[in-house]
Amino acid sequence: MNAPPLVLDGVAVARGGVPVLEGVTVRADPGTALILRGPNGAGKTTLLRTIAGLQAPIAGEIAPGPDQVAYGAHADGMKGGLTVAENLAFWAGIHGTGGIGEALDAFGLARLSERAAQHLSAGQARRLGLARLLLTGRPVWLLDEPTVSLDAEGVGLFGQVVRAHLGRGGIAAIATHVDLGIAGVPLDLAGFRARSVPAEGALAWDV
Amino acid sequence: MSIWSYANPAKFMATTRRLTPALGALAALCLVVGLVWGFFFTPDDYRQGATVKIIYLHVPSALMAINGWLMMLVASLVWLVRRHHVSALAARAAAPVGITMTLIALVTGAVWGQPMWGTWWAWDPRLTSFLILFLFYLGYIALWEAIEDPDTAADLTSVLCLVGSVFALLSRYAVNFWNQGLHQGASLSLDAEENVADVFYFPLLVSMAGFVLLFVALVLMRTRTEIRARRLHALRLRERMA
Amino acid sequence: MGRVIARDLRLAFRAGGGFGLGLAFYLILTVLVPFGVGPAGAELARIAPGILWVGALLACLLSLDRLFALDREDGALDLLATAPVPLEGVALGKAVAHWLTTGLPLSLAAPGLGVLLNLPWPGHLWLGLSLLLGTPALSLIGAFGAALTVGLKRGGLLLSLLVLPLYVPTLIFGADVARRGAEGMALGAPLALLAAVSAGCLALLPFAAAGALRINLR
Repeated sequence: MNAPPLVLDGVAVARGGVPVLEGVTVRADPGTALILRGPNGAGKTTLLRTIAGLQAPIAGEIAPGPDQVAYGAHADGMKGGLTVAENLAFWAGIHGTGGIGEALDAFGLARLSERAAQHLSAGQARRLGLARLLLTGRPVWLLDEPTVSLDAEGVGLFGQVVRAHLGRGGIAAIATHVDLGIAGVPLDLAGFRARSVPAEGALAWDV
Repeated sequence: MSIWSYANPAKFMATTRRLTPALGALAALCLVVGLVWGFFFTPDDYRQGATVKIIYLHVPSALMAINGWLMMLVASLVWLVRRHHVSALAARAAAPVGITMTLIALVTGAVWGQPMWGTWWAWDPRLTSFLILFLFYLGYIALWEAIEDPDTAADLTSVLCLVGSVFALLSRYAVNFWNQGLHQGASLSLDAEENVADVFYFPLLVSMAGFVLLFVALVLMRTRTEIRARRLHALRLRERMA
Repeated sequence: MGRVIARDLRLAFRAGGGFGLGLAFYLILTVLVPFGVGPAGAELARIAPGILWVGALLACLLSLDRLFALDREDGALDLLATAPVPLEGVALGKAVAHWLTTGLPLSLAAPGLGVLLNLPWPGHLWLGLSLLLGTPALSLIGAFGAALTVGLKRGGLLLSLLVLPLYVPTLIFGADVARRGAEGMALGAPLALLAAVSAGCLALLPFAAAGALRINLR
């Protein structure tokens, strides 16, 4: 995997029309992880969604583009009515990749592959959602609180997968409160809290 | 100076502060002259009697019902292409005025139709088209009301207005087709304009001008309100920031 | 696009209610009509094409509010928007899946239900054909309406308000084909117009729906 570095330059993001972060400037080279920290409401999810291309930044530049980025949110798009293998096969097809077997093995889901996703436990479902990332074939992973509802074994497996991804020259930006045993560049969002006037105010609504 | 400078809310507010009441006064004058002239100083129609005089309300309101939608379409396009907020707000402001005009046209049509055709409602192509237009206005207004974020609402209602316009036009032709299919040639025809004599025509023109001015004045007034509402929204956001 | 269709079909089959609900609604509606208008055969035969068209239209509306809403809730829509597939294709795929699970079975069931309403013989054929030709437009228009309202908590009622006026041309031409077919009249013109409406919807509405989805995903 030959990925370009993940570069944020003076990025400002808004949530529901209210700016939450501004001037976020950071760089992560291939093979490194970016650990996003900050209290609830600091804008971790909003920043990740912006990098994923789901919303536009109100200022600043983000590289690379969304086509290099895989977003792993809590809402992971897995259908309860489909089996584990079918869910992964759908996303592999959408991304034009393969490797479903490897993804199942990496998260210890192989023996569950024929089970309907709605009958998985919360932790198993989480593993399934994370397994999707391996099928995107994209170098930059964005992970929003990935270890919620995972047991110790699950956290361990997840750490292995991320380290392997970094070892292949990938990049990961992880918003988390727990120590995943992954060395990375910390990024504390508390320092980038937006202070300027909302974009709305700049539109000359003062009449 | 470019016309787009009026897309600046401050400039728009400054210009319309005086203009709106002036247009309102002019509209009132035209309406009083046109309607009084039409109601009291024109002869009764030899065939329709005094009922013909409802034309002075019916035709102008029908005109503005259609032009109101056209104005929304143009304003929506301006918003989608040039992102001028005033344009989106003007489209929003026009909708309730347009739907009221549609309602006036429908009600006066029914009142006129009762003595003429012996029925309050007939599925005449024109009446039906206006009923469908009424539904389009209703959906458009409902979508504006349902969405919280103002820019998202402006975008989605603009898309609806565009697609809706195509379907409204299509419905107009479909309805013509459908009624002929039913009746083999319309037996009830309501082509008032074609056989209107000059004595009816001039007061009609004046009251049409009155309705146009009234429409413009109301839309400007409502746009001013919408701009103030947006300012309130912006102030609230600023407060949440602090 | 094919994958989206295949996934939605599989989900509809698994969930059970997917097909059955719309069809059951259609059947019940048809059964209720004679109770409302009386059992006279000639009367029923006259209104049957219109009733069966309006009934199909309402049955189509039933499952529309879930078309994008489920994918929005579980995040699949976000992921599809960032995946290397055009959102227009996704919207079209969802509309096609909706047609295969509602429009197609309704079209196939309609001639049978025509028997209940005393529809004269060649009318069954034309009713089925007009629905086959017209229901794709209903699904596409519905997908556009669902895309507009996907961000709303209770978009179902609003969706009906937005979509029903858009259904007018399709209903007029479709029911006219069925009526003329039942009365043995020439029906080339409405048939061609119905096909034109469906083709126009197919060409344009996936773009409008994808545009609305993009706005809603921001």
